[in-house]
Formats: sequence, structure tokens, C-alpha cells
Amino acid sequence: MFGYLIGRLAQAVVVVFVMSIIVFVGVYAIGNPIDVMIDPGATAEIRENLIRQYGLDQPLWQQYFTFIANVAQGDLGRSMVYNTSVTGLVFSRFPATVELVLVSVFIATIIGIPAGLWAGYRPNSIGAKLIMALSVLGFSVPTFWIGMLLIMAFAVELGWLPSGGRGEVAQFLWFKTSLATSDGWAHVIMPALNLSLFKMGLLIRLTRAGMVEAMGAEYVRFARAQGLPDRQIVFSHVLRNISIPVVTVFGLELGSTLAFAVVTETVFNWPGVGKLIIDSIMQLDRPVMVAYLVLVVMLFVIINLVVDLIYARLDPRVRLKGGS
Amino acid sequence: MADSATTTGGTLAVPAAPPAETRAMRLRNFWSDYRQSWVALAALAVIVALAIGAFGAPFLVPQDPYDLANLDWMDAFLTPGEVGTGGYVHLLGTDNAGRDMLSAILYGLRTSFVIGLSAGALALAIGITVGLTAAYFGGRIEALLMRVVDLQLSMPAILLALVLVAVLGQGVFQIILALVVAQYAYFARTTHGAATVERRKDYIEAARSTPLPTRRVLFSHLLPNVLPPLIVVATVQVASAISLEATLSFLGVGLPLTEPSLGTLISNGFKYIHAGRYWLSIYPGIFLMFTVVAINLVGDQVRTILDPRNSR
Repeated sequence: MFGYLIGRLAQAVVVVFVMSIIVFVGVYAIGNPIDVMIDPGATAEIRENLIRQYGLDQPLWQQYFTFIANVAQGDLGRSMVYNTSVTGLVFSRFPATVELVLVSVFIATIIGIPAGLWAGYRPNSIGAKLIMALSVLGFSVPTFWIGMLLIMAFAVELGWLPSGGRGEVAQFLWFKTSLATSDGWAHVIMPALNLSLFKMGLLIRLTRAGMVEAMGAEYVRFARAQGLPDRQIVFSHVLRNISIPVVTVFGLELGSTLAFAVVTETVFNWPGVGKLIIDSIMQLDRPVMVAYLVLVVMLFVIINLVVDLIYARLDPRVRLKGGS
Repeated sequence: MADSATTTGGTLAVPAAPPAETRAMRLRNFWSDYRQSWVALAALAVIVALAIGAFGAPFLVPQDPYDLANLDWMDAFLTPGEVGTGGYVHLLGTDNAGRDMLSAILYGLRTSFVIGLSAGALALAIGITVGLTAAYFGGRIEALLMRVVDLQLSMPAILLALVLVAVLGQGVFQIILALVVAQYAYFARTTHGAATVERRKDYIEAARSTPLPTRRVLFSHLLPNVLPPLIVVATVQVASAISLEATLSFLGVGLPLTEPSLGTLISNGFKYIHAGRYWLSIYPGIFLMFTVVAINLVGDQVRTILDPRNSR
């Protein structure tokens, strides 16, 4: 196990390192951010000063090493557009994304699991077919378009909900969240629903598959022979058995919700990290782009590492195969 | 997945009749299976209709939306059904620059199709090569190739594509490249899974013992037997490529408005929904939805047919 752990850790470090080089070189190959930042009428002297200030006159490899050295000290550089530290910028946007993701996961769970259970319990009923058709739609229709339809229906036509933004935020413990105000909830509900649809579809399918399989299993037949009511069989026996794979896949998918948040945040003008990266790409704000991408790569590498380690703990064959 | 591939490949490989006839018969069998579902038939009809509309667009619609000379500011924001200065009815209205929406949508659909199909085809080719190479040679090559593939699969395709577009810049070529890099891994994974099973079979051993070049063994003997699961993945991936491209364009990092795809049109129309000008974004969205859902439904039916558990 220890050898496996060391091997995986080394791999993760190599991946982050290689990705940081690719991202850095790639991002720095596009455009000249100085041209975007200053007005065209500025003197050559101002230009030169700015270029020197941001270290853009140095060779690429030297810029990269400066970047890495700074990252090691927790400094991801300064945003060229907002003129603040990137670390601060990303973390100031982070609570908005997290609350959006949390609410959407919550919505997906409270709708997806009962719907999936029903679809698996009565697979041939009309309701079940309808649920499955909806889950296919949730899978295949692009998120941004559904988001737009939601805005059109609930914000423009009906006027029930605000169409974008985060609404009022209030202090909760050490950070500000819109979940502490009713105005904030009105703002979060639509984007969260939009973000949850893909997950909901996935959850419905997983739960349904587990349910169908379980209903034919021995333990369910025994429980039935015992005369237990179906309600009790489903909720206290089946649900417990199918929850393990469902939770595993769902946990793995958490990372991808962060990625999909990019789309939802743009549609609903939600001021999270996803919106930040899109804005930075548009404005050629290189330090923010590089920092975001490296952070995301790190996040995914960590998620995978943890998953791999848990699997290795559970299944010795993985350890033996991967260690060689 | 791997098991289903083996069984299907196995049954298909049994020569029940002379080869030329088997292929025709197989096709006929496939079609009679396919016809079983009216949903799948409808989906296929929708795809064919959309493809005819998209590729026949220059002959079908009144306006070339790319030609700025055709656009008249007087025609901006006409509601669906109004007659513009050109003297013809704008069935789906016009946009902020006086573009006929129906024309723009069909041209945009063509762009979306071209991007989806070429990205899908390229990703398929690369994925097959990677997957077969890994499965055939094994050892270090396999470990390295599949590790990279697994890594990519662990990240959402939208994120990878976003990174690549951020790095590569905008344009049709860049988008295709980004989609290929984001998607080839799905094909590589599937090919590898099916091929590892096939590789151990006798016919591959037999082919290897002849002086055939490796290339021949890989592509003429191994490949045909791992194709069935790949067909399913290919349909799903084409749909997802079209959807991804639309998403990137909507986010503003895809195609510019001068060469609009459906995503670009929706993105442009999105600015006007608060003004109640719904037709700018709703109609391209409906076309996009029909395209993606129809391709997925066809893929679903193909999966059902090729799944040996459903064979009669």
C-alpha cells in the first residue's frame, strides 16, 4: 500500500507540473495583454514600463520559473484587469460557486432519487417512462439553452424570479452568502435548478438501474415472503443497498459540476469562479487564466488520487496491477 | 461493454453465407431491427430532414447570411412572418442586423454539422489508433497511453475544450482541434476495452503468426471486430461535439458572429430576450435541441440492437 501511495503521489505531482507548463506556455502564446490594457494613444514609455512591471520582457522560461516560485509561496500573481491579487480574486468568487453547486446537488438529490426509485419500482408505468424521457432530455439538451428558457419563462414572461446576479448577500460565519437572505434564495433557485438537471438525469438512471436489479434480488424476495410492506422493503433495505454505487458516482461527479458551473454562471450572470474564467479569457487576463486552470487541474488530480487510493484500499487487485 | 463487443463480434464473424451476401443480409437485419421503434425512426427522419436543410441551405433559403451586402438595417428585429425590404416573408423573423433567422439557422446548422462530424471522425480515427496500439502492444506503451486517456476522461470534456480554446483562440479549425483532443479519449477507452478481449482470441494469434505487417493485423483483422461498440460511442460523441461547440460559442469563446453556428446565434439572441425578442434565441435553440436529441435517440436504438442481451 505504501509503495502504491508513493507511486500515485509522484504521478499526481508530475501531472500537475506538466499541465502547469502546458497551460503557462499555451496561455502566454496568445495575444499581447498590454495592448488590451492601455489605450492606444499611450506613449511608448508608459508601454515599456508596464511591460517591465509585469515581467513580460523576460524570456518565457524565466517568466515560468518566477511564476512557479511565486506559486510555491501561495502567490498566483496579480490580475491585469482588476489589479488585485489573483489568489484573493479567486477566493472572493469561490463562495458564490460553492453555494450554487451545493444547492444544485441538493435539488438533484431530492428530485432524482425518488424519481429514480419510482422508475425502477414500476418500470412499465407511464410515470416511469415519462421520468426516463425527461432524464434523456436532461442529458442531451445543452445546459445553457435550458437556462435561457428558464429565464424566458420565469423572469421575462412571468416575472416571478430575477434573471441573474446573486442578489443580497449576508454575513454567515466568516463569509458572505446569498443563502442567508430571501432575496438571495430567489436568485439562486433558477441557476441551481439549471445546473442540477444533468446530475438529476444521471442520478435517476443510476437509482433506477439499482432499483430494477434489487427488486429481482433474493433479499427482496425473502423480505416479501416475510410479509413486509413494499414501502418498508424499498426504504429500509433496497435504498441502503443501492446507495453505495450511487454515492460513489455522484461524489465523482462533484468535480464536473464545478466545470458545468462555468456555463450556468455565464447564463445567469452569477459572480462565481466560472464567470471569472470566462471574463478572463475574453479580456486576456493571463494571470487569472493560468491560476484558475492550474487550480482546477490540481483539484481534479486530488479527486482522482483520493478515489484511486480508496479503490486500492477496497480492492487489492488494483494495488497489485497499478504498482507494477 | 467489452463483453458485449466480443459476443457481437463473434456471432457476426460466423460465415453463414458467402461474404458479399452476409453484408447485405446483415444490413437488412439491422434495418428490420431498427424499424421496431417508431421513436428511433422519427429521430432518423428528423436528422435526415435537418441535414438536407443544412447542406441544401443555399438553395432553400432566401438570403446568404454571410454576405453583409444582403443585410439591411431597415429589416432589423422583424417578428416572425413579417415581410422585409427584400420582398419575402421572414418566417422566423430577423435579428439585430436584419439577418433572416431561418437562413442564418440553416447556415449555422451546416457549420454545427460540419464541426460535429469532422471532430467526431478525427477523434474516432485517433482514438482507434491509440486504443488498438495500446491493446496490441501492451506493456509500457499500453500503461503510458491508457494512463493519459484515463487522466483526460477524469476531467469534464467542457473544461478541456475550454482550456484548449482559450489557448488556441477562436475559429472553426481551433474548435475542431479542441473537440478532438477533448473527445478522442472516449474512443480510445472503448477500443482498448474491446480490443484487449479480442486480442487473446485465436484468429489474432493466427494472423500474427503469418508474415502480415502489424498494420494489417491491427486494422483489417482486429478493428472490424471491435467496431460495434464504437459505432454507438461515435453517435453519442457527434451529438456531444455539436452540443459542446454550441456551448463554447454561447460562452463567447467559440465561433465569431461572422461565421455563425447555432451556439453563436443563440448567444447573440440572448442579449435581446429581456426586450421580449424571443425569436432570436428560441428558434436556433429548438433546431439545436432537435439535432442533439435526435442523434442521441438514434444512438440509443443502435445500442439496443447491437447489445447481444437483446438479440432474439
